[in-house]
Amino acid sequence: MRDWSKFALLGAILVSLLVSQFIHLDPYFSIVVVNIGINIILAVSLNLVNGYTGQFSLGHAGFMAIGAYTSAAITSFGGPRWFDWLGGINAFTTSTLFVVALIVGGLAAALAGLVIGVPSLRLKGDYLAIATLGFGEIIRVIIQNTDAMGGSRGFSVSGIYTTIFWTYSVAAITIYVVVNLVHSAYGRGFLTVRDDEIAAEAIGVNTTKYKVVAFVLASFFAGIAGGLYAHFIGYLTPEGFGFMKSIEIIVMVILGGMGNTVGVIFAAILLTILPEVLRPVQQYRMVIYSLMLIILMLTRPQGLFGGLTWRRSTSWLRRKKIPLEDGSAA
Amino acid sequence: MSEFIQQLINGLSLGSIYALIALGYTMIYGVLRFINFAHGDVYMVGAFSGYYLGGWLINSMGMQSSVLLLVVVMVGAMIICALTGLVIERLAYRPLRNSPRLTVLITAIGVSLFLEYSGQVFFGADPKPFPSLIPDRTITYGGLTFTNKELIVLCVTVFLLIGLTFIVRKTKMGMAMRALSFNSTACSLVGINNNVIISFTFGLGSALAAAAGILSSLNYPVITPLMGLLPGIKAFVAAVLGGIGNIPGAALGGLILGVAETMIVGYGDKIHVPPSYRDAVAFVLLIGILLFKPSGILGKGTVEKV
Repeated sequence: MRDWSKFALLGAILVSLLVSQFIHLDPYFSIVVVNIGINIILAVSLNLVNGYTGQFSLGHAGFMAIGAYTSAAITSFGGPRWFDWLGGINAFTTSTLFVVALIVGGLAAALAGLVIGVPSLRLKGDYLAIATLGFGEIIRVIIQNTDAMGGSRGFSVSGIYTTIFWTYSVAAITIYVVVNLVHSAYGRGFLTVRDDEIAAEAIGVNTTKYKVVAFVLASFFAGIAGGLYAHFIGYLTPEGFGFMKSIEIIVMVILGGMGNTVGVIFAAILLTILPEVLRPVQQYRMVIYSLMLIILMLTRPQGLFGGLTWRRSTSWLRRKKIPLEDGSAA
Repeated sequence: MSEFIQQLINGLSLGSIYALIALGYTMIYGVLRFINFAHGDVYMVGAFSGYYLGGWLINSMGMQSSVLLLVVVMVGAMIICALTGLVIERLAYRPLRNSPRLTVLITAIGVSLFLEYSGQVFFGADPKPFPSLIPDRTITYGGLTFTNKELIVLCVTVFLLIGLTFIVRKTKMGMAMRALSFNSTACSLVGINNNVIISFTFGLGSALAAAAGILSSLNYPVITPLMGLLPGIKAFVAAVLGGIGNIPGAALGGLILGVAETMIVGYGDKIHVPPSYRDAVAFVLLIGILLFKPSGILGKGTVEKV
């Protein structure tokens, strides 16, 4: 796994660089492509908490909001000074500014994740879901009351820096980190917390620590996704990061199959394209989503792509049948 | 001082709405051990049934706004919502009786979204004016002014609470409900049909939510298909605050939450909290109670068994 994963990461970054430099997509198509990338980051990072660690968080959009607003504040308020200091607006100064803004946005979200995660991850199941939902809403209310960031009127971001290259590089890094972390010896701890918390505690796994690590890491990537979103859409409103945004991300994770990164990526792509396809019947979009969720839980609770893994999805390369994880033949 | 009492009455009136919704959460949690996320949307369905029923009775049947109209509309909405609750339980939750809790939680979120957005399709997304079911009257007593609607909300809530206590404490159905929340396996061993009791609980909880929907629409006569989201979540907080699964606790939690919210709006400026933070009050209370006494004010702690 790890042998080729570094090459896959570099390859993905290289491909996204080439695509954004040499292939000119029409604007509508590139909007959809960038949205897919941002949703992949959000869904894969949330999957670390909801899927691999088995903690149901309903506040992912809140961390996205923190990242978005922090990075937007840095580029909008710090940007002019940065350009003065480094001598004008050029590719180098904008890229460094953007990277700094993204990382600081991610760190701010991670810090919020730590502050929120330490108390609330003591809770289980339904309680955790409601507590994270509550925190997400508190973050939204605080932004609404922050006049420096436009309050409920919204905030105009000064620069549109997000490109396919940035989005997909971050998406590739997110996938790389999550997949490698979960498959490492350390990362097995996440799965033990999900599968049986009491047994995990009994064999000496520090379950609270694992939960907090998963939560902080997921918040970090959500913050970066927020930064990408802010510098792509150009205008932020607190309502855009409400409960519904969190639900949208969760539907991606559930549809893809909790704890299944390949499935979640597919689901993120599918659920970003679906609204575009369903545009003629837009008022029924959420009705279709919710029915899909209910029917999925009644008939296929492991998700649409449950049982699909990296090994199985690349098995045609090896021309060998790989058994499903539960031992039955494919 | 009179201003404080005024705020207190406003708070209790708001709190009774939360309490009525919270009762449904807590009863359903008691028998099924899961949070019915869709409960806040049943409250919305209640308000809309009141809107259509009230409009029909006033326009087609020529009824005047009076206590009789209020009673008829409220009973009608409660019956409609009880049926809605039964259908939801039968179609979405019963097939998942033995599934992991997460699956049921996700289904509940799905049902909630379904009610909200099919509401937008059927009722329209624009806010609708709730018909005036009862003539407006302002009561002045000893320097206090309040509307008759606030008093009606309080009285009806107290009446419903007494009725509920009677059902739970004195009837066979109520006894079976308590037995089921105590131990469901033993309950079916002694010949209680669990499914019947669960359906009954859903019906009862949904009827209370409908009453809350009508009562709150009396005071704030604008209804939308998404109106159930926030009160639903806040009522859940109220249920946790009082100790989930505990019926007096839910009522107490609702009242505390309502008073706390009103006080923040009324006096928040004195402690530098702008009134726009009122929606955050519930979540701060929730996080506080979960950190210091997760079983709630009146709840009993449980030991996790392997």
